[in-house]
Amino acid sequence: MEIAQIVGLAIIVTVISAVLKQIKPEMALQLSILAGVAIFLVVMDKIRLVIDLLQKLADQANVNSYYLFIVLKIVGVAYLAELGCQICRDAGENALATKVEIAAKIFVVVLAIPIIVAVMESVMKLLA
Amino acid sequence: MGIDLILKVAGIGLLVGILAMVLSEAGKKEQAQMVTIAGVIVVLYIVIQGIADLFVLIKSVFKLY
Repeated sequence: MEIAQIVGLAIIVTVISAVLKQIKPEMALQLSILAGVAIFLVVMDKIRLVIDLLQKLADQANVNSYYLFIVLKIVGVAYLAELGCQICRDAGENALATKVEIAAKIFVVVLAIPIIVAVMESVMKLLA
Repeated sequence: MGIDLILKVAGIGLLVGILAMVLSEAGKKEQAQMVTIAGVIVVLYIVIQGIADLFVLIKSVFKLY
């Protein structure tokens, strides 16, 4: 039951960082970053299982795995950007969080260019 | 990775906090700040190692080469 461990860990870290905020606010911030990273590491194994399943399904439906990889990359970029953005917001740096969000959006659009081109070509073929 | 590392970081944080308080009470403000900076650096080192592991794992899982 992984979820019990994660929830327990989150509650412990919240209490400790509440105490630590009075004494040393910067330590509390680093503690919450480390807790976020630890929880992500636990979740990452589960995500790997889901991605393997997606790959099998894509192979069976003989979908071109190139597009699946692009979707995976976009999910990865969104995942990382979310991590960084929340940490910046936690520390009160809203301007920085917005910058990270904008950068992530740009990277996603750049990654999605091949798919957009493919869709446009297929639409043109249908119309023409 | 996990609970032991987090508790270690929490311990360092509390220790540094108390040490800085004691030092500043004893009139040694500079040493208090030195201890605080040292504590922050040690914790940062641990946190950065954790983040590095996470980034390597994310790169391998999401094929973000």
